[in-house]
Amino acid sequence: MDELALNILDVACNSVKAGAKNVTLDITADTAADTLTVTIGDDGCGMDESFLRRVTDPFTTTRTTRKVGMGLPLYKMTAEMTGGRLTIDSTVGEGTTVTAVFGLKHIDRPPLGDVGFTVSTLISGSPDIRFRFRYAVDGNEYTFDSLELSGFDVRDAFVVKYIGDMIAENIENINGGTYI
Amino acid sequence: MKSLEELQAIRDKMKAQLSNRGMAEGDDVKIVVGMATCGIAAGARATLKAITDEVEARGMTNVKIAQTGCIGICKYEPIVDVIMPGQEKVTYVHVSPERVKTIIANHVINGNVVEEYTYSHAVAKA
Repeated sequence: MDELALNILDVACNSVKAGAKNVTLDITADTAADTLTVTIGDDGCGMDESFLRRVTDPFTTTRTTRKVGMGLPLYKMTAEMTGGRLTIDSTVGEGTTVTAVFGLKHIDRPPLGDVGFTVSTLISGSPDIRFRFRYAVDGNEYTFDSLELSGFDVRDAFVVKYIGDMIAENIENINGGTYI
Repeated sequence: MKSLEELQAIRDKMKAQLSNRGMAEGDDVKIVVGMATCGIAAGARATLKAITDEVEARGMTNVKIAQTGCIGICKYEPIVDVIMPGQEKVTYVHVSPERVKTIIANHVINGNVVEEYTYSHAVAKA
């Protein structure tokens, strides 16, 4: 995947499949610490300890359509290639938090990419889930809560496009010239 | 600067135009995009973006988007189903942003299925 926003979309889809009612996405860039931290949290079904130990193995999946699960292994590899790490905390019945730390200026870090459209894609794919999004660069932050969209048909293609563009525009303003 | 207030105003205007043309809401075209790891890695998000871009550019008000997971034919991703009101679904494969334009113009707007992009055509050729 050539941008992190695609990995984020892929990993957040796991939260949807886990039956979550609430999903949070937090992206924090810290230029002084040279880190980009992406945290995806949910209140879905969670994983037991034995599954959690195997979850970044490409041959572990809950799917029945095929026998490989590449999302988390690819995400972990991408973080580690930049000197970062992937951490997964999960409790059965309570939910899962996936935290990836990337080297912000590392040459192998893919660009963050179109996070705005990733968020609007997630919202339109699961209108019943509450998505909370936070994007912060050196203390400047933008937040968006899908509850703000009550009254809009988030499956409407026009609305999906508009929300994606709106979030992207706000992110651009927060970046203040920092390449994320 | 885009805002939810502006979005609401645009939607209200579109609804009014729909009503002026004597059209009712509900006759929606449904477009389903495969959005599992295989689909995303093959470009499904860019495909979805291209669909929404095309819908916006053409001022269409009756297109609803849905997403699905892996259906087990990963080598054909990105996969897109188009379901016209009252018709059987048509499954398109390897749907690049370029193919999106053709599918919207020929199938969604003019009702002509783009046979050479369909799953059945791809399987028959294989």
